[in-house]
Amino acid sequence: MPHDHHDHDDFHHDGMSPSGHPYRADNDTPLTYWQVMEIAIRELLIDKGIATASEIAVQIDTMDARSPADGASVVARAWTDPDFKGRLLQDASAAARELGFDIGALRLIAVENTADIHNVVVCTLCSCYPRNLLGLPPDWYKTRAYRSRVVKEPRRVLAEFGLTLPLSTRVRVHDSTADMRYIVLPARPAGTESLSEEQLAALVTRDSMIGTGLPKSPA
Amino acid sequence: MAERVRVRSMMPPGHVRTPAYLRGKVGEIERSLGAFPNPEELAYRQKATARPLYRVRFTMAEVWGAEAENPDDTLDAEIFAHWLIPLDD
Repeated sequence: MPHDHHDHDDFHHDGMSPSGHPYRADNDTPLTYWQVMEIAIRELLIDKGIATASEIAVQIDTMDARSPADGASVVARAWTDPDFKGRLLQDASAAARELGFDIGALRLIAVENTADIHNVVVCTLCSCYPRNLLGLPPDWYKTRAYRSRVVKEPRRVLAEFGLTLPLSTRVRVHDSTADMRYIVLPARPAGTESLSEEQLAALVTRDSMIGTGLPKSPA
Repeated sequence: MAERVRVRSMMPPGHVRTPAYLRGKVGEIERSLGAFPNPEELAYRQKATARPLYRVRFTMAEVWGAEAENPDDTLDAEIFAHWLIPLDD
């Protein structure tokens, strides 16, 4: 029988699917307190006519459509247009809107990496992140390990991300403790003089805008 | 607001946006951000007064003392004016 062949058993012993992914347990457990609260509030908003189910779905779609590619195009513009870069560093929210991004009420500050300065962003108190430009944060950004460690030993944390900085580079950690959100403007990689703005944007990674990485080098 | 400030080392109960690890530490105003509704009132659905908010820059030496990885690295945080004591010297 096909279900009894040896490889299949091995996959089960490893806890991995044939394509190499761990199996995820079915979520048959009871709802948590906060899951119940979310459902209750959503249903109340709909019952009381404050929002419709489709309006809520549209908001979820809008947030899901935001991605680091939006931030990457802001960075690429700043690399190619010095005036825009000036405006970005002065008022990053206005600069992002200038490129047509619907960032809502986001109050954004751009911090610039230079030859001597490396910036990295965290929210120690919760998980503040420029979602309205970059989309949802990576899971690690919200972990207690990242949040507590990057303010105390940023160099060690960055080294774990593969980014070892010399002591001559000043590390600036930005803790998003209140109303501002932050995006790192990474330094433009060497050897990119001939690239178009679109090609430059493809080099800008999510992590390079959080500060836990650098942009990719041109192929 | 003075250039140099000390974060108040009070420990009030409830929702505050001043991280405990910065309380009592001395930093410099990096920039003024304008006035924002006080989160300590906002969190409890009280009428929130607008309070001045600052970005304050601390050295890692100030925050972590001898345990700092590199004393000259810095940490910036947004702190409301009512948490800051101006230092004039």
